[in-house]
Amino acid sequence: MDTLLSVENLTVKFRLRQGDLTAVDNVSFTLGRGERLGLVGESGAGKSVTGFSLINLISKPGFIDSGSIRFEDIEITRLSDTAMRKVRGEKISMIFQDPMMTLNPVLTIGTQMIETLRAHVGCSRRQAEAIALENIRKVHIPSPEKRLKQYPHEMSGGMRQRIVIAIALMASPGLIIADEPTTALDVTIQAEIMDLLLELCATEGVGLILITHDLAVVSQVTQRIAVMYAGRIVETGDTQQIVHRPKHPYTQGLLAALPQHSNRQNRLNQIPGVMPSLIKIPPGCSFHERCDLCQDLCREQIPQLNEKSSGAHVACHLAE
Amino acid sequence: MFAFIVRRIAQAVLVMLVISVIGFAIKSAVGDPVRDLVGIAVSVEERMALREELGLNDPLPVQWVRFVTNAVQGDLGHSYFFKKPALEVILKKAPATIELVLCSSLIIVLFSIPIGIFAAVKPNNFFSRLFMSLSIVGVSIPVFLTAIILIYIFAVELHWLPSYGRGDTVRIWGFWDTGLLTWDGLKHLVLPSISLSSIMLPLFIRLIRAEMKEVLETDYIKFAKAKGLKLSRIYLLHAFKNTLLPVITVGGVQLGTMIAFTVLTETVFQWQGMGFIFLEAVERSDTSLLVAYLVVVGFIFVLVNTVVDVIYGLVNPTVRITGRK
Ligand SMILES: Nc1ncnc2c1ncn2[C@@H]1O[C@H](COP(=O)(O)OP(=O)(O)OP(=O)(O)O)[C@@H](O)[C@H]1O
Ligand SMILES: [Mg+2]
Repeated sequence: MDTLLSVENLTVKFRLRQGDLTAVDNVSFTLGRGERLGLVGESGAGKSVTGFSLINLISKPGFIDSGSIRFEDIEITRLSDTAMRKVRGEKISMIFQDPMMTLNPVLTIGTQMIETLRAHVGCSRRQAEAIALENIRKVHIPSPEKRLKQYPHEMSGGMRQRIVIAIALMASPGLIIADEPTTALDVTIQAEIMDLLLELCATEGVGLILITHDLAVVSQVTQRIAVMYAGRIVETGDTQQIVHRPKHPYTQGLLAALPQHSNRQNRLNQIPGVMPSLIKIPPGCSFHERCDLCQDLCREQIPQLNEKSSGAHVACHLAE
Repeated sequence: MFAFIVRRIAQAVLVMLVISVIGFAIKSAVGDPVRDLVGIAVSVEERMALREELGLNDPLPVQWVRFVTNAVQGDLGHSYFFKKPALEVILKKAPATIELVLCSSLIIVLFSIPIGIFAAVKPNNFFSRLFMSLSIVGVSIPVFLTAIILIYIFAVELHWLPSYGRGDTVRIWGFWDTGLLTWDGLKHLVLPSISLSSIMLPLFIRLIRAEMKEVLETDYIKFAKAKGLKLSRIYLLHAFKNTLLPVITVGGVQLGTMIAFTVLTETVFQWQGMGFIFLEAVERSDTSLLVAYLVVVGFIFVLVNTVVDVIYGLVNPTVRITGRK
């Protein structure tokens, strides 16, 4: 599989009054063309920031401190604003969490779809409209012609997320970054949207980075997983390998917390403790404060991602 | 949308009725219609007879209904000083005031929108900071002071612009005396309209900036950026169209406030408009004229607000939907 995206030693910081907050710390991963990667971890682990840094759209006062992001043959971190604009939406699209907030309330669906294509491709309104209609069909929304003239508030949350997916596909990107695309939706609709996303990425050959807390969803949709903790990737590898044979104590904890793994008395086996503040990450393994297996080495030395017997790469001194 | 318009018009009628009650109250409390008609050199008996004849001894509600009925037919009483129907006197002065308000509104729109947007998009820019500081100074200087300073600089010292009156006017459509079509008229318009806009302009710059900044923080703007749109399109279409809604609402109300400020501006610049006449009417206790002014200004205010609400409905798709129900 040829490489679509390769991130190397990416570090993203936020310059705050109390000091620099390291939201993404020395993160590396790659993604093949048409491959689907799950980015999981608890709240505040740096998943969204990682996602946004791929299109250089980190909110203020965040900035890419060091590292490289290579998409096809483009070095994202060194692009001018104009060149970056051409990457966004054309090569890499993004899907946000809350479809109620993502679409502009005062512009029609048609306008918002067509402008996405016309920002990148020199084509007439008519041609863009034809592609918009085609994409609305692809996301299984009935009577597409009518939809073009509607406003977002005339649609349900599930519908809107379908439209957002259709917008993401407008310029036929190579990669879609979906940041918790179903979290804000009704439970009954979540699976539908996820299936749709999976179906489209597969048929269109689009790569997907799926950001989520939900390991169950990730195991159904993605081929590979990267588990993030306190800004670092602690375990990455084949999805089935990791879900069935997790090596990192944090991943093991996450999986044990899933409802089907919990026993009756203790329905949710939450990992005790909280994630350390990203302004002051403790030395050594960032997970050591919450780890049952913690040893002196863990408090002193940051573990590197190394290939383990399972084939996954794990950042833990003790995993074998 | 149709139902929405009908509802707004019903509200407008209600507000006009309230205004009529106020106008009527003033008229029956301090006015003297007999004097308005025949002056003061008339005997007491004749006065009593005239009062009876005019229905001034009828119960108040009956008089009020008559007042409203007459008003709807364009009869707002007789001006004691001008010896003419009050409405005629007011309407003759209306073009002067309307042109002044229009010019000020134009100044406000032309300057507040680009400056407000710029200050929101580049909050740390030197000019943004400058405009924001100036706008604080601007709102805190009273209109008459601004007017006097402007007169001193541009009329007295520099002799660039005239300081009072409307200058040459031209009659159009048979009844409208406009100063917009002559060079002299335009020159006379400059200082009064700047003075009149001096309070509202800073207010609108700050309002547009604040609303725009809030909109720029939303997810849909971030999404628009993630789609790779040009910044100009994001700012001027995606963000500004959302900024416009609250600005239109406030704008409608402020336009009414501006009419109130015309009284001041017109007095300082001897601008022969409705506000000028109103102040004269107060000095001469010309009650009918005074009430006519209130009713006419109230009507303009209500009309403007209704039109603004309908425009709001056109810009905001959610209003259209509720109206459709
Ligand atoms: N605009 C910002 N200003 C300051 N700090 C920020 C900002 N955005 C994110 N951060 C910090 O970066 C860290 C990572 O945030 P991020 O949004 O990537 O977490 P996440 O893994 O996506 O969590 P969630 O599951 O809650 O979305 C957080 O600790 C947060 O405090
Ligand atoms: Mg997030």
